[in-house]
Amino acid sequence: MSRFHDLTQLPDARGHFGPYGGRFVSETLSFALEELENIYASLKDDPDFQAEFDRDLTHYVGRPSPLYHAERWSREIGGAQIWLKREDLNHTGAHKVNNTIGQALLAKKSGKPRVIAETGAGQHGVATATVAARLGLQCEVYMGAEDVERQKLNVYRMRLLGASVVPVESGSRTLKDAMNEALRDWVTNVDDTFYIIGTVAGPHPYPMLVRDFNAVVGREARRQSLEQIGRLPDALVACVGGGSNAMGLFYPFVEDDDVRMYGVEAGGDGVASGRHAAPLTSNAPQGVLHGNRTYLMSDEGGQIADTHSVSAGLDYPGVGPEHALWKDVGRVNYVAADDDDVLAAFRELTCVEGIMPALESAHALAHAKKLAAEMRPDQHIVVNLSGRGDKDIHTVAKIDGIEF
Amino acid sequence: MPSSSDFSQHNRIDRRFATLKAEGRKALIPYITAGDPAPSHTVDFMHACVEAGADVIELGVPFSDPMADGPVIQKACERALVHGTRLVDVLDMVAAFRERDSETPVVLMGYLNPVERMGYREFARQAQASGVDGFLAVDMPPEEMGENSALFAEHALQSIFLLAPTTSESRAATICDHGQGYLYYVSLKGVTGAATLDAEAVGEQLARLRRLTDLPLCVGFGIRDGASAAAISRVADGVIVGSALVGRIAERAETPETIPAALKAILGEMRQALDSEASA
Repeated sequence: MSRFHDLTQLPDARGHFGPYGGRFVSETLSFALEELENIYASLKDDPDFQAEFDRDLTHYVGRPSPLYHAERWSREIGGAQIWLKREDLNHTGAHKVNNTIGQALLAKKSGKPRVIAETGAGQHGVATATVAARLGLQCEVYMGAEDVERQKLNVYRMRLLGASVVPVESGSRTLKDAMNEALRDWVTNVDDTFYIIGTVAGPHPYPMLVRDFNAVVGREARRQSLEQIGRLPDALVACVGGGSNAMGLFYPFVEDDDVRMYGVEAGGDGVASGRHAAPLTSNAPQGVLHGNRTYLMSDEGGQIADTHSVSAGLDYPGVGPEHALWKDVGRVNYVAADDDDVLAAFRELTCVEGIMPALESAHALAHAKKLAAEMRPDQHIVVNLSGRGDKDIHTVAKIDGIEF
Repeated sequence: MPSSSDFSQHNRIDRRFATLKAEGRKALIPYITAGDPAPSHTVDFMHACVEAGADVIELGVPFSDPMADGPVIQKACERALVHGTRLVDVLDMVAAFRERDSETPVVLMGYLNPVERMGYREFARQAQASGVDGFLAVDMPPEEMGENSALFAEHALQSIFLLAPTTSESRAATICDHGQGYLYYVSLKGVTGAATLDAEAVGEQLARLRRLTDLPLCVGFGIRDGASAAAISRVADGVIVGSALVGRIAERAETPETIPAALKAILGEMRQALDSEASA
């Protein structure tokens, strides 16, 4: 049996992944979380619910997403073969939609007419606005004011989809502040509002259900690897902010002991510089934020630290609690990619393969490149290409000194 | 799990509520954020609250991400953090307050992460040494207390918990079992400083809780003046006033020497309203 079998049995009944996770929320929200937990427990193994979810993933999202052999790039690197799990080809352009489809079905079952979401890069906000439009739900998306600025295209997309986007001016004006404000909205409107959290963080049961809805990525990748490579890959690579796309890819491989896994955090100006968003790689102390205990970047007094990353979607001081445990038990290697390497990988994949990755996903590519170079050509790496890069054109153009 | 009675001989909170009960009076509990508008004022503000008739002081530990608070207390945290007010500084303020006041109970209120970072054992030890009587972390429900319950008990630090209109019957029973000192009933759904409240609806909810506990039931959120304090005191054992005070501090942040008088004015009005309601 796998050394890691126990990891498939989590979380425990109270939402703990070892010392991490849990439900650290103000009392007003406890009821809503219990309710969500009960709805999910009743539907999780319900064949009708699963069939509806699968149908939506097939016909609305366009799954399965391809597993693409980046032959030219692999050849240029001269090491292992790199395969891209093309989540960028999903409807709305990222893996985020897998989870929003699932949670929107739960919202529908709960009968609540309004959904809210937090967003960083805007991909989760767009995915939420999209499913809200389709189901006729009122939708409000909280987004840090700095991210509103660097992700203008996604802001307008959300507005076109009928959502209202609320710029959050407090704190560092990024993803964590958007989540604070979404929680304040939820605590005020908990009776008629369903909160669609976009990552494997937050209070129980969110880390579990976001994982379960994204695990389709790993299930497909595992099957496709067996079909296309003829065996399981040697390594998996995915970027980690909160960690939903990495969790989705990794989870179905947890018991495949020979498959190495790499979670790539945002190194910003370099982990040594202190200007990054890499709580796991930098060994940040344990802390509690947004409903769960995890590795959390904070100062000596416990105030949440400012984070830095070229990518809005990874600019978060914490990380999903299941990743925290996987670091401790050594199932996944967590590393960081610096902004410079990320931008180089962004340009390289665009030019060599004609695929423009999201800056988030480019973190995974930057590490995969290093890893591949140390491996043999008969070895295989699957990288989660979690989103497409159209939304980042403004950011990259600005770095190139171009204004539209 | 020790019950509140274990501490009744030593704990200032229990002693204060016993006295109030004997006198037929209701508790007036002000909340201020430590370090707002600057750390050097906090101890004076605490004494001003006591002089105006406060029975318990809830002293807010500033946090960078106060996700259960509305804009008024968010800004108070920001003002305090500009001066780098840390948990250790707040503990020092309580110790300084204790030099002149050995009787008024002090409850630290805030979020869990500063305590996580200090370490629970160290926090409990320092809190006791400084003269802190209770701790209320908005994001720490009783289910997550674990071994910290026993640790806090060792250091005579009472755990104050929240109850909300959305709390289910079974959770309410759990919370009442774990609660010490008093229970903080959050009168409405929302963040601190939100809309006005409905005293009658609060009364119905408190009646439901009375069947589960003998602990004093204090009500916070939405109390802003003498009239709202008096209305709530008809159904509760105490009223907690936060944003209304912090708002006054904010208005006078540039002239902090005027703040003690302003705090005394509003708290004095509430004290009088509570006492005349009680004797009516």
